[in-house]
Amino acid sequence: MPGLGTSYGRGGATTFLMDLQRTDCMVVMGSNFAENHPVGFRFVMKAQQQGAKLIHIDPRFTRTSALADLYAPIRAGSDIVFLGALINYVIQNERYFKDYVVNYTNAATLINPAYGSHNVDDDGFFTGFQPDAKPTPRYDTQSWQYQTEQGGVQQGNQPAQGTPETTTSSFSARVGQLLGGAPRTDPTLQDPNCVFQILKRHYSRYTPELVEEVCGTPRETFLEIARTLADNSGPERTAAFAYAVAWTQHTTGVQMIRTASILQLLLGNIGRPGGGILALRGHATIQGSTDVPTLYNILPGYLPIPTVQKNHETLGDYFAAETPPTGFFSNMPKYMVSLLKSWYGPAATRENDYAFDYLPRINGDHSHLPMFVDMYEGRIKGFMAMGQNPAVGGQNAGMQREALARLDWLVVKDLFLTETATFWKNAPEVQSGKLKTADIKTEVFFFPAAAVPEIDGSYTNTFRLVQWHDKAADPPEDARSDMHFTYHLGDRLKKLYANSTDPKDRALRDMTWDYLGDPEGHEFTIPDEPSAEKVMEEINGWKVGPDGKAALRPDGKIDLVNGFGDLRDDGSTACGVWIYSGIFTVREGQYVNAARNRKADEYASLGWGYAWPANRRALYNRASAKPDGTPWSERKKLVWWDAGAQRWTGYDVPDFIANKPPTARADWAKGGMDAHAGTDPFIMKADGKGWLFAPSGTVDGPLPAHYEPYESPMQNRVYKQHVNPITKIYTPKNAAGELANPYATDANPLKAAVVDTQKFPYVVTTYRLTEHHLSGAMSRWLPWLAELQPEMFIEMSPQLAKELNIANTEMVIVESPRGRIECKALVTPRLQPLRMGATIQHQVGMPIHWGYEGEVTGASANDLAALVADPNVSIHEGKAFVVNIRKKS
Amino acid sequence: MAKGFFTDSTLCIGCKACEVACKQWNRLPADGYALSGNSYDNTGWLSGTTWRHVQFVEQFDAGQARWLMNSDVCKHCVQAACLEVCPTGAIIRTEFDTVYIQPDVCNGCRDCIAACPFGVIETNPDGIAQKCTLCYDRLQNGLEPACAKSCPTESIQFGEVDELVARAQARVQTLRASANPAYKSAYLYGVPGDGYTEEIGGLNAFHLLLDTPDKYGLPERPKLGSRATVPSQLGGVLTGALLALGAAISFRNRGARHDRDGGAATTTTTTTREV
Ligand code: SF4
Repeated sequence: MPGLGTSYGRGGATTFLMDLQRTDCMVVMGSNFAENHPVGFRFVMKAQQQGAKLIHIDPRFTRTSALADLYAPIRAGSDIVFLGALINYVIQNERYFKDYVVNYTNAATLINPAYGSHNVDDDGFFTGFQPDAKPTPRYDTQSWQYQTEQGGVQQGNQPAQGTPETTTSSFSARVGQLLGGAPRTDPTLQDPNCVFQILKRHYSRYTPELVEEVCGTPRETFLEIARTLADNSGPERTAAFAYAVAWTQHTTGVQMIRTASILQLLLGNIGRPGGGILALRGHATIQGSTDVPTLYNILPGYLPIPTVQKNHETLGDYFAAETPPTGFFSNMPKYMVSLLKSWYGPAATRENDYAFDYLPRINGDHSHLPMFVDMYEGRIKGFMAMGQNPAVGGQNAGMQREALARLDWLVVKDLFLTETATFWKNAPEVQSGKLKTADIKTEVFFFPAAAVPEIDGSYTNTFRLVQWHDKAADPPEDARSDMHFTYHLGDRLKKLYANSTDPKDRALRDMTWDYLGDPEGHEFTIPDEPSAEKVMEEINGWKVGPDGKAALRPDGKIDLVNGFGDLRDDGSTACGVWIYSGIFTVREGQYVNAARNRKADEYASLGWGYAWPANRRALYNRASAKPDGTPWSERKKLVWWDAGAQRWTGYDVPDFIANKPPTARADWAKGGMDAHAGTDPFIMKADGKGWLFAPSGTVDGPLPAHYEPYESPMQNRVYKQHVNPITKIYTPKNAAGELANPYATDANPLKAAVVDTQKFPYVVTTYRLTEHHLSGAMSRWLPWLAELQPEMFIEMSPQLAKELNIANTEMVIVESPRGRIECKALVTPRLQPLRMGATIQHQVGMPIHWGYEGEVTGASANDLAALVADPNVSIHEGKAFVVNIRKKS
Repeated sequence: MAKGFFTDSTLCIGCKACEVACKQWNRLPADGYALSGNSYDNTGWLSGTTWRHVQFVEQFDAGQARWLMNSDVCKHCVQAACLEVCPTGAIIRTEFDTVYIQPDVCNGCRDCIAACPFGVIETNPDGIAQKCTLCYDRLQNGLEPACAKSCPTESIQFGEVDELVARAQARVQTLRASANPAYKSAYLYGVPGDGYTEEIGGLNAFHLLLDTPDKYGLPERPKLGSRATVPSQLGGVLTGALLALGAAISFRNRGARHDRDGGAATTTTTTTREV
């Protein structure tokens, strides 16, 4: 999310699936589009049938490669070299879209001269690196900041010095909080401190030769891709990128996405039809779970969560610290106050800071991996796993299973008795005797879950489209929806604390919790099932009545707001998730749930579902027009300025102030949206520009630089620094003080032990198959799916199989520093050894779907994966680590 | 009005949604759980309980890198050998011009299994000869077959055979004219004048293919009186690129598949072998 968010202003996909039909060149990288998103892939195939080229760059030849016009092999984890070389190609050969770059990106902006002319060039550290920072190294970002017109330098959004920077940067930092004067620019792009020149210098060492050496991609293949991409970009043509978790699951994952984001800006492919970057999400509603959200470090709609690491004492302090003075996010206080009104209703008043103090302050990284480290080391007592199966899906899964064994209690709510529910009797650690069932004191509660067809609700798909689904049947027996469980848990807790006078219980007592009864009058067979539409109403937001609750219209219906434009910071509106506002409205006296809309057409299908924000399908679509408001070309028309009507119009909902003319001048001093000109398409960003260079938002550098995966068989050939110098390394120790991962000796990447790649010489990447879903909890129990991919395997090339004397389908032992598993070898020429300069590197692949329960069982690939993570988002490096393989004798 | 399938293998992404939709609609059991080692194909061949089967052919030799996928199915032959040999009249031609086995009439004599030149029929665990019905029950209710409905890429197209043939012929022209050299070899298998299936009058379920029929386990010249000598998928494997690997491939034992479900092992074909 920060990859796209820092570059463009929002973490969501910039485009929509149907728009892929209009692309001239589809680049799929870090994704196995056809296998894991088969329904969306139809739009890629439609484009191909109209002559578009499909390029697939991947460690393995997959079902996506099978359909591609051009396939390039690549070593897992070397993507920044490949993409950086594309940037270099585009700049050196002057194939960038100059008018777009000058007007719509920060190419012309001047950076603090302290950034220096030859940053990172040899050592691999950006300016501001603090190797001795506690507890681990970090960057001071002051030298990355913009120069101001007044001749100074802006203040960056930085956490207070001296506090442990264990959390990711806030959304405010991603959109930018530019404090201190309008940015200074050089539209000729000649100033050595301008972003364009910095970019040019930074990527000059990323050459086709380097690609061959580091990625293992033949130089000619690389150049053919570079030419194809450049030939299909410009006013008349557009190219699109699609990626998925094979970019995110790296210690440089966010920067991989940033590299592609920069490239797409240079080529002028953002906000234009057939262009963009599609973030393919790994679950049906993973976008929704970040929007609403289930993350520990953001509040709904990406509002920054209060933290002890900044001055977030009062609501005023919080606004002072987090509100960008310029750009659309300057409206943030309206959304925050409306959120507090939605959560605490009448108890949220101006006098008590709208109950801001009820919100917990985070004090560190509480994402999945550190949570399990805490559990492993005995600091977490209870855990609820709802629709999650960490015993199989977790990294270093053996450690995670042992962590479960140290809990007092565990709730598992799922369709089947998953591995997480039965770890105490069937885990490999129990089989091996490492854990004894009798010694495990964890009390496990299993709640059967209702399946999707048994629940009302919505999905937010990969391109921010919210689609409603109605329940088709009642769940069997005791199975209930997650909403049912959560609602009644909350209800019981509220009752339990109803008479408490302890101030710390006030948040629970004052929490609004009114979801029974259906606004549309549907009859529920399960009488105490809460109403999903009531939840959606609250997500949308309403006007607040005199009693502090939802105001009612004369017809008795709730007076819903029409969109986030109606929200106020004075307590007169309540809204659960501001970006979704507008989804549920009253039209002509009737509730209209726009997520229910099902009117499709040949293209944007604005009448199908509801895409946040404001039903816009292609974000930043003002960039589909020239600065003067006319389309770049007839062929690539999307949104344009209608001079007669004095409005933006087109095939999509304009992602721009509807009546702001292209000629509008920026007035920085006025702030807010007035600080943007009528030519600034990236409305969320503080300066309205797409960020080639990121003065804030990414904690590991303003530009992407290649570092090797944390476990890699080769030295970094681009810089002296081998791995991302602020990688997150987790070092869980068991009760005896032994490390769960013998190489994770230190949380400081400059000090941690380096894995012995003589012992573990093969690069492995993990992945999913079409036939299964994630840990298999929804697929391995179904015979029709189980028979299609019945057994765990490791894919390897015929050459490696020959070297190791392994025959197809023979059992092998696969070892990493975390442990060993056994599975069958699937020998296939779809995997090929990489020729990298003088060396040959073998790569293997393992699907992640198997565990010890279900209709088909097998070893879990995640048992072998490392507990290291990207410093921006704490996402593990599941896509590139090292293993050894031998025949099971 | 003849109804049929046009299966365009160039649009297949091997997702197997068709196999699953077929099994779900027709309530067919899974056939057992064993890794075949033959690419991503773990269901092996068409049978009494697998009526759609997605083939995967890896071709990575002599500088080419190609992974062919094709969803195979009963061909609903214009002149159907199975129907002609059926002694009980269990096999009929429906009002949709499809070939349908009436399960309550079939006595399990296996004559049709021997007669089918494509090896698509097998007995189910109850000993009844079974194969794709072209979703006869769905057709009678105005619905398209489950596989065509579920295919996300329109690789499986259902409709009037005449109309499908015209569409398929246009598609072949487009593919051959395209810049992609892999498509120069596109052709139709199972339409009038194709040079392969004349003797049985063509197929109501026909395919657009890129390589020769044998690569997909299809006979070069299916005959009315001929016998299937090899199960269809086996042909594909023998000629497939895996041969080039020199790797041992063990085929799953058919009987074992049914045993796992508690059904009877019904065939005598020994399919465990080293290549
Ligand atoms: S559903 Fe369509 S694309 Fe998927 S395997 Fe079957 S024929 Fe191929």
